[in-house]
Amino acid sequence: MSLKKISKDQPDKFEFDQQSLEAAKKILSNYPKGKEKSAVMALLYIAQRQNNNWIPLSAIKYIAKFLNMPYIKVYEVATFYSMYNLSPVGNFHVQICTTTPCMIRGAYKIVDVCKKKISEKENVLSENGNCSWTEVECLGACINAPMMQINNDYYEDLDIRQSEKIIDEVLLGKKPKPGSYRGRINSEPENNRKTLLDLKNA
Amino acid sequence: MLKDEDRIFKNLYNDLGADLNSSKKRGDWTNTKDLCEKGRDWIIDEIKKSELRGRGGAGFPTGLKWSFAPKEVGSRPHYLVINADESEPGTCKDRDILRFEPHKLLEGCLIAAYAVNSHKCYIYLRGEYYNEGIELQKAIDEAYKNNLIGKNASGTGWDLDIYIHYGAGAYICGEETALLESIEGNKGQPRLKPPFPALVGLYGCPTIVNNVETVSVVPTILRKGSKWFASLGKPKNTGTKIFCISGNVNKPCNVEEEMGVPLKDLIETHAGGVVGGWENLQAVIPGGSSMPLLNKEISEKITMDFDSLVENKSGLGTAGIVVINKDQDIIKCFARIARFYKHESCGQCTPCREGSGWMWRILERMAKGEASREEVEMLFDVTKQIEGHTICAFGEGSAWPVQGLLRNFKKEIIKRNNFDPLIKSNKDIPYLVDQHLLEKDNAQNKS
Repeated sequence: MSLKKISKDQPDKFEFDQQSLEAAKKILSNYPKGKEKSAVMALLYIAQRQNNNWIPLSAIKYIAKFLNMPYIKVYEVATFYSMYNLSPVGNFHVQICTTTPCMIRGAYKIVDVCKKKISEKENVLSENGNCSWTEVECLGACINAPMMQINNDYYEDLDIRQSEKIIDEVLLGKKPKPGSYRGRINSEPENNRKTLLDLKNA
Repeated sequence: MLKDEDRIFKNLYNDLGADLNSSKKRGDWTNTKDLCEKGRDWIIDEIKKSELRGRGGAGFPTGLKWSFAPKEVGSRPHYLVINADESEPGTCKDRDILRFEPHKLLEGCLIAAYAVNSHKCYIYLRGEYYNEGIELQKAIDEAYKNNLIGKNASGTGWDLDIYIHYGAGAYICGEETALLESIEGNKGQPRLKPPFPALVGLYGCPTIVNNVETVSVVPTILRKGSKWFASLGKPKNTGTKIFCISGNVNKPCNVEEEMGVPLKDLIETHAGGVVGGWENLQAVIPGGSSMPLLNKEISEKITMDFDSLVENKSGLGTAGIVVINKDQDIIKCFARIARFYKHESCGQCTPCREGSGWMWRILERMAKGEASREEVEMLFDVTKQIEGHTICAFGEGSAWPVQGLLRNFKKEIIKRNNFDPLIKSNKDIPYLVDQHLLEKDNAQNKS
């Protein structure tokens, strides 16, 4: 259960635009008739994408109406899951994994970089307003630790220098190249491969 | 070491490409129709004979699970749900299957769906794996286009639709009933079992929930035969498994190995050894953060399979191996794991919701050396009060790592926290004393 801060500044109105509406209808067709409720998670994502990476309360109301669900049920879902942002985040939302496998490989050094470069506190926008950072739990890339996720992309095998470079670029509004920053290929043991050798470079 | 031809996931490092054509070259989708035509009973029987155990953590025999689904479809349709909500700290095997071997998973879905009479399959993917989801969707679209799934999938006469359902960052949704709740559009809080999902699952219908890796190995088992699979590994712990070796090793990696491979081999051969040498090893978490740690003596000779790890009071879990060397503060490491569980507890059962926070706070103080001697026993007591008193296995998952720490590193903890309890020196300052302790006679007698 994560602590959710709901933004004080709320827009009055929210409606799906044409693109979101089409995406929502497509999602609805994935589920059996009468079970449209299942689409609530996907619709919250669509609303979040449309509304600059955060979900206002009016969107929750809109989705509740859209799916014929009680408002509180949608609110419950939006506050339960940690990936729904209920207050504005930067265009570049930096998430640093600090769970033990990443921690013992130096994840908190990257947290320090973010504190220095983006903002002193978590979930606070940077001075130019396009970037925010937060500590998250395991992102499932433990063998590529330490790592961080910026919007949808994983940045892996980081060190202080590399992460400083990435954050600098992000602050300028550029998207850095995702993937391993030590030049290793996916999840193979770096320069130490003992398996599937015939296939290497096949 | 396992021979290369016996490895199931030949594209684990993406040397060959994940698209349909390259997957076909590796043998995927070659004779799916023939396999299905041998019949449901044959498929389930082969899987039973292969002694395949679920790869998601609990190690439940897969063939047996499939046989729990009703033989005939009644008024309620059957569902197949794939658990791709991989969030156990230390585990990242499913990610590589989703990225690089999606067709193994999809073919497995077809065979599994056929075996359990299901026309619909949902893949519950963790929300953070957005890019992996795109890769998987690409594979699904490819499979639809080539009529491998969809109407009359692969010419088997069986219809199958596969959908991805994205999670949104809740660890608990990896628990099968919480996962079903989540697909139904609720917050992910586990259900009581029984009834088991095989009879009352998604939308109240019979549902089989399997891990990604479990389903992905099924086509290869059927193709090469259950005898081949059962000949690998140890009895009751057969086959191969992807091990994720992370933490303080020189070359962290994913590697597919035989079950029952010695832990030391995995670390020394594949992962390039412990940082600072084997002598610098402090502890190993063998199966994702929920499993109790192993100390150096046990790590030296343990083999990685379900039964030997249970004998050593731990478990294989998801086979996410986290190596911790002596440069790390072991209490801090486990305080961080406790914080993970405190953060991820769904809040349904009181022992877990409150207890996970207690464990975290006590461990944080212990790491700083601010706890009293008696709190070590109290911490153990708290873990025992969580374990077994919750709806799902999260209670055990959060309590076991702390118990493992206390079993193996009690001396270190006491050395750092060797104070008399506050109650002795500060008995007269009420706000410094846990009031409930004052009520107990023994608390005062001790002082």
